[in-house]
Amino acid sequence: MTDTVDIRIPARSPRHRSERRFRLYGMAAIAVSLGFLALMVGSIVLRGTGAFQQAFVNIEINLPANKIDPDGTGDPLVIKKSRFGSLVKKAMRERFPEAKSRKEKRQLYKLISATAEYGVRDTVVANPKLVGTRASLWVRASSDVDMFLKGNISAEVAEDQRRVSDLQLGWIKDLHDKGQIEKRFNTQFFTSGDSREPEQAGILGAIIGSALTLLVCFLFSFPTGVLSAVYLEEFAHKGRINRIIEVNINNLAAVPSIVFGLLGLAIFLNVFGFPRSTPLVGGMVLALMTLPTIIIASRASLRAVPPSIREAAFGLGASKVQTTFHHVVPLAMPGMLTGSIIGMAQALGETAPLLMIGMVAFIVDLPGGVTEAATALPVQIFLWADSPERGFLEKTSAAIFVLLIFLVLMNLIAIVLRRRLETRW
Amino acid sequence: MNIQTHIEETVMPVPSASPTPIIEVRDTQVFYGEKQAIIDVNVEIEPNAVTAFIGPSGCGKSTLLRCLNRMNDVIPICRVEGSITLAGQDIYAPEVDVVALRQKVGMVFQKPNPFPKSIFENVAYGPKINGLTKHKLEMEEIVETSLKRAGLWEEVKDRLDQPGTGLSGGQQQRLCIARAIAVQPKVILMDEPCSALDPIATATVETLIDELREKYTIIIVTHSMQQAARVSQKTAFFHLGELVEFGTTEQIFSAPRQERTQNYITGRIG
Amino acid sequence: MACMLDPSIPKQSIVSDPTSIAITRTSNKDRITDLLVRAILILCALIAVATTIGIVASLLLESLRFFQKISIFDFLFGLEWSPQTALRADQVGASGAFGAIPLIVGTLLISAIAMAIATPLGLMSAVYLAEYASKRSRNFIKPLLELLAGIPTVVYGFFAALIVAPMLRNGGDQLGFEIASESALAAGLTMGVMIIPLVSSLSDDVINAVPQSLRDASYGLGATQAETIKQVILPAAIPGIAGSLLLATSRAIGETMIVVMAAGLAAKLTLNPLEAVTTVTVQIVTLLTGDQEFDSAKTLSAFALGLLLFLITLCLNVIALRIVDKYKEQYD
Repeated sequence: MTDTVDIRIPARSPRHRSERRFRLYGMAAIAVSLGFLALMVGSIVLRGTGAFQQAFVNIEINLPANKIDPDGTGDPLVIKKSRFGSLVKKAMRERFPEAKSRKEKRQLYKLISATAEYGVRDTVVANPKLVGTRASLWVRASSDVDMFLKGNISAEVAEDQRRVSDLQLGWIKDLHDKGQIEKRFNTQFFTSGDSREPEQAGILGAIIGSALTLLVCFLFSFPTGVLSAVYLEEFAHKGRINRIIEVNINNLAAVPSIVFGLLGLAIFLNVFGFPRSTPLVGGMVLALMTLPTIIIASRASLRAVPPSIREAAFGLGASKVQTTFHHVVPLAMPGMLTGSIIGMAQALGETAPLLMIGMVAFIVDLPGGVTEAATALPVQIFLWADSPERGFLEKTSAAIFVLLIFLVLMNLIAIVLRRRLETRW
Repeated sequence: MNIQTHIEETVMPVPSASPTPIIEVRDTQVFYGEKQAIIDVNVEIEPNAVTAFIGPSGCGKSTLLRCLNRMNDVIPICRVEGSITLAGQDIYAPEVDVVALRQKVGMVFQKPNPFPKSIFENVAYGPKINGLTKHKLEMEEIVETSLKRAGLWEEVKDRLDQPGTGLSGGQQQRLCIARAIAVQPKVILMDEPCSALDPIATATVETLIDELREKYTIIIVTHSMQQAARVSQKTAFFHLGELVEFGTTEQIFSAPRQERTQNYITGRIG
Repeated sequence: MACMLDPSIPKQSIVSDPTSIAITRTSNKDRITDLLVRAILILCALIAVATTIGIVASLLLESLRFFQKISIFDFLFGLEWSPQTALRADQVGASGAFGAIPLIVGTLLISAIAMAIATPLGLMSAVYLAEYASKRSRNFIKPLLELLAGIPTVVYGFFAALIVAPMLRNGGDQLGFEIASESALAAGLTMGVMIIPLVSSLSDDVINAVPQSLRDASYGLGATQAETIKQVILPAAIPGIAGSLLLATSRAIGETMIVVMAAGLAAKLTLNPLEAVTTVTVQIVTLLTGDQEFDSAKTLSAFALGLLLFLITLCLNVIALRIVDKYKEQYD
C-alpha cells in the first residue's frame, strides 16, 4: 500500500462540472417557475392598480330651480325625476362653446361618462341647497378619456386608429391645463355592480355573489364533509364498503371541475328545477366539488387525535357516539376548519362549473339572496376579460387583484388557525 | 459455529512497533447545533488492521466514524473542529474533494442498503461513477473480484442480473461490502454492520472482516463487545463523547487501565 | 383505535340504587339516538358515492339520448366537428357534424405541450427542493410554488390571452413564423406553468419517500450528489414519479378556463402547435353557455363530450393512484 492517497479536488474534473450543471438546472427550474409567478402577478397588479383610480372632469353647472324643484320642496323624489342629462350637456357646451356642429357636440359629450348625470343627481339629492345655484362639480369622465389619461391610448397613433379624436385631445389638454381634469380614487369600483360602461362597472355585485355562493357551499359541504370523515374514521368497519367509499372519494377529488358543472346542470337545474344562475345552485355544485378536500383533511386531523383520548372517555363509561362528539371531534376541529378554509379558497377561484349552471349572466343589480340571479368574482373576471373595450382590461386586472387578495387572506387565516389551535400530540 | 475457537483464532498479539498511522484524529470536537457530541478526541488508526469503536449507545462512536469520510456533511447542523488527517492530509481542508475522500474511505452501514438494482449493477455502480473502467470486460472482472473478496461470488454468480434486494440479510450486507470494495478504497468504515443480521450471517461477515484486513484498513463500530474482541486488533472505548481508553484489543479486554472501561466491559455501565 | 371497543355496546347506565349494579343495556331512547346518529353519519358518507353515481348517471343518460340522434361510431371516430345546427330544418348541412377526433387531438396536443413544460421544470424543482435546498430556502420556496398552484385558472387564462399569446405572436413574426393568436402553444405553455407545482409537490413526496440509507450508500461510495440523484434516487422513484405525471396529465386534460380563454373555437385536426386548436372542455363550455334548446343534438353532444372527458380522466386517475399507492407501500 505504497501508492499515495490523493483526495484533493481535481483541477478540471468533468464529474464536478456535471455536478454543478445539475445543481444549476434545479435552481434554473425554480427560477423559471417563480419568474412566471412574478411576471403574472406583476403584470396583473401593474395593469390593475390603474382601475382603482378614475378620471373626473370639473364642470360649472347651472342647477335652475324651475327645472329641478319648481316648488322648492327639497323632496328627493322630486329632484330625482329631473332631467340632469340635459343640464350636464349644457354645462359642457358652455365650457367649450367652440363645439358647434352636431358631430362636434357629440364628441364633446363623449368626454364625460354617459352616467355622469347620475353622479350630479346624487350630489343634488344629498345637498338640496345647490338647487338654484351655479355649482362646480366633478363628474366621471368617459372610459376613453380615462384610458388616455392613464397612458393606455397614445396620441402618437394616427387619428383614425385611436378612440380619442384630435378635437377631443385639444379639449382634454385645455381641461388639464386649467386643473379641471384629474384622477381620483374610484370608490364606485367597490360599491356598484356590473355595467356596460367600463367607467361605471364595479365588483360589489360579484363579491356579494361569491360570498353568497361560498356561504351555501360551506353550509352544505362542511357538515357533510366532517360527518363523512367521522363515519369513515371512527365508526365504519374497515371492510369492503369503507374501501369503496375511500377509493370513490380519492377519485372524486381528481374529477375535472367542469364535470361537476354538467352534473349541476343535469340534476339540480333540469331534474330538480332549481333556479338557474343563482348562488344556491352554484354553491351546491361547488359543495360537491370541495367535499373530497374537506373529507380528506378532516380524516387526517381525526387520525391525529391520540387513541388515549378515546380510551379515557370509554373508561368513564361514555358511549361511542358520546366519545366521538364530546371528545374526539372538538379536538380535531382546528384541522377540519383549516382544511375547509383551503377548500373554500379553491371554490372561490373556481369558474368552469359556474359557467355550466348559467352564472354568466350580465347582472347590474346587487344580488339580494341566494335564489336571485348573480355572478361570482371569477366569472366576472371571465366576462370582463372577454369584453372588447379597452377600459375593461384594466377592470379585469383589478378584479383579479381583489380576488387574489381574498385568496391570500383565506389562506393566511387557515395558516394562522393551524398555528394557533393546532395541538402537537 | 463454535465462537470460542473463533475468538482464540482472531485475537492475536499486535506487533509492538506501530507502523505509521493512516488516519490521525487530533483534538477533535463535534457539535450538533449546541450539543457537543465528541469531546477532545485523539486517536491514531493503524493501517491493515481492524480497529473497533465500542461504547454504550449515544457515546459518539458512530458520530466519529461518520466524520472520517465526512458523511456528517449531509447534516447541516453538524460542525467539526480539530484535525482529522488521512495519510497526512487534513480531510476537512478546503481543497479536499469530499467525493474523492469517500472513494478512498468507503462505508458499510448498519442496515444492509442495496440499491433497487441488479446484483451486478450494485457492485458496478461505484467503479462506474468513479470512472475506474470503461470496458465491459474489465468491469465484469472488478465485479467478480469484489464479490469473491466479499465471499459472495459462489452464491450469486448465476443470478447477477437479479435484484440485490432479493438476497437474504447476510448476503445483502456482504453485497454492500463488495460494493464498497469495488471502488478500491484504502479504509472501510463499518457502522454496526452486523446489528441487523442473524448469528449465522454475523459469523460469516465477521470472518470476512478478518480476511479483508490484509488489503484494507477497517474501522468497525459495534455495540457488541464480543464482536470487538473477535474481529479487532485495536479497540477504542468511548463514553459520553470522550475517548476513555485506546489500546490493543487484548489489553483493553484483559487489563483495562481506566475504571470506566473496566465497568463497561464487565457490564456495569452501558 | 376506532374498533377498540365494540361500538354496538351502548353506554352503561349508572343507577342510583347502590345495591344493584346494572350493566345491562340501557333504555331504548339511548339506543335509538345511537342508531340515529349512525344513520346520519352513513348518509353523509354516502353523499360522496351518490355524487359519483349522479355524475355517471346524468352523463350516461344524456349521452344515450345523444347517441339516439348521432351514431356512437360517428362520434368516436368522426374527423369533423361542427355542431352548428342550422336555423331552419331545410338548410344545407342541417344536422351538423359530431366527430370528436379533432377535439381529442386538440386536447392531447395542448396537454402534451403543458406536460413538456411542467415535467422538466416540476421535476427539477422537486429534486432541488428535496436534495439541494437548505431548510431555510425550502421553507421560503415551497409556499411560493404553492401560491402558483393556488392561483385560480381564470387568472391563468387571462394571462395566456393577454400576455403569452401576443408575446408568442410577436416573437413568431420576428422569426418569420406565423403563430395564431389562439395557438395551442400559448394555452399549453400557460397550462404547463399552472401544473408545475402539482408535478413538483407530488414528485417531492415521492423523492422524500426514497429511504435515506440508499443516499448514504451512494455517498459512501464516493458518488457526487448529482450522480446519486440521477443513478440511485430517480431510478428508485420512477414508479412514483410516473404516477404523479399521470395525475398531472389528467389535470391538464380536464382543465377548462385556460383553454376557454386562450385556445380556439374552430375544430381543426392538426398537430401543429402554432395553429389554433380547440379542446373537449372548450366545446362543452361553448355548447352550454348562451341560449340553448335542451333536446337538440348540439346541446346533448356536450354531455357526450363530458362523459368522454370523465372516462379518460378517471382511467388516468385510477392507474395513477394505484401506482403511487404501490410505490409508497414498497418503502413503508
